[in-house]
Amino acid sequence: MRNIFLFLKNRSKFIIFVALQVIALWILFKYNKFHEAAYLGVAGEITGRINQQYNKVEYYFQLKQTNDALVRENLELRQQLAQNFEAPDTSFTNFTDTVNFLKDNEQRKYRYRSAKVLNNTYTLTDNYLTIHIGTAQGVQKDMGVIGADGVVGTIVNAGKNFSVVMSLLHHQSKLSARHLRSGETGSVYWEGESPFELTMTNVQKSVEVKVGDTIVTSQYASYRYPQGIMIGTVIEVEENNSRNFHTLKLRPSTHFNRLEWVTVVENLQLEEQLAIEESTRKN
Amino acid sequence: MSDLVKNIIRFAAFILIQVYVLNRIPPVHRFIVPYLYFLYILWLPFKTTPINLMLIAFVFGISLDSFTNTPGLHAAACVLIAFIRPYLITIILPQERKELYYTNPSVKSLGGVAPYALYISVLTFIHHLYLTFLEWLSTGNWWYFLGKVLATTGVSLMLILIAEILVYRKDQMRTNA
Repeated sequence: MRNIFLFLKNRSKFIIFVALQVIALWILFKYNKFHEAAYLGVAGEITGRINQQYNKVEYYFQLKQTNDALVRENLELRQQLAQNFEAPDTSFTNFTDTVNFLKDNEQRKYRYRSAKVLNNTYTLTDNYLTIHIGTAQGVQKDMGVIGADGVVGTIVNAGKNFSVVMSLLHHQSKLSARHLRSGETGSVYWEGESPFELTMTNVQKSVEVKVGDTIVTSQYASYRYPQGIMIGTVIEVEENNSRNFHTLKLRPSTHFNRLEWVTVVENLQLEEQLAIEESTRKN
Repeated sequence: MSDLVKNIIRFAAFILIQVYVLNRIPPVHRFIVPYLYFLYILWLPFKTTPINLMLIAFVFGISLDSFTNTPGLHAAACVLIAFIRPYLITIILPQERKELYYTNPSVKSLGGVAPYALYISVLTFIHHLYLTFLEWLSTGNWWYFLGKVLATTGVSLMLILIAEILVYRKDQMRTNA
């Protein structure tokens, strides 16, 4: 017995080293796997508050870009108004059916909530954003997040007033995308190397893809994002004769280094969709 | 100012600088991530016992991790360099000067620029090697791994040099008090 204690005493440095390493690695890999950790709930509130203070200062330096992005987005929405369309042929009418908007929840699929970005990384291997909205405002885990210029990411951890968003620049982020010109779908992910490069695969070789083509979210990603939200533009079509699918390099349309406001997308029909999918799987 | 107060202020300063200045620098190249925060551990006084050193490193790493949402990643790397630090100092420090003299690791206390540079660069390299290795486990690209370790080590050494020039640290003699 005494020898055991002596041994422990002599090796205490090493034992503590190993113990701390095990704790650190355990939270690291557990967190990566399940995307949640009890500790982040508490830490999130604290770091969220510090981030909020910092953001108060930093926000002013970005006002110009934020303004520009909002003007662009407004213009885009204005283009869709019904009064923009007028044809000499009176049998042609174009109107917006307001009934669908009025009977709010019956036909509405997406509801949007805007949120301020408090913290944001884009140079690390796994990047996250902290946004100032949480379960108290109706935000849940797994909701999609978009910005003025395109897709931003997915909510992985929703606290009371702050939420953590897994950005597209994360090695576990993957989403279904569509080549806008041809309508062909594929999947977009990040290889973890450059924040200016996403990778898209599974686009059939029969489709002609050119540099500069637009990639948007596909209908298969619509449980999280409305379809047709921009993801990026093609910057490189990789030559690879051994495969039947294109490997494309995309430049993300979202400027991750100057995000100020994002929009959280809630899919109101998700529950129904999941329920029917689940019951099919059981049969 | 006492050592304790000084180190508490440094703790906060290093984390805030890392999170709000260095992590926000627009990416230059995919290999380059400017890291400076671990200099805090290299600057801790000699008299910190190895076990305290590791505990401090763990808390320090986990604090940074809660800002970057990578719980455990930086903590693991910090604990590793805190574990190696005492052994490295024993090797580097000239035998006859081991007893009294200075309180903090610095150019003067380690007996010249060369030993201090060795001390800094070995620990910087080990820190980045381990950190990138943990990241590599999830991405898995050999050349990226190698390139990133070397490039980030280079950038960190440059940042440390700047920090050494900017921050004036008094070379205190160790006293009995």
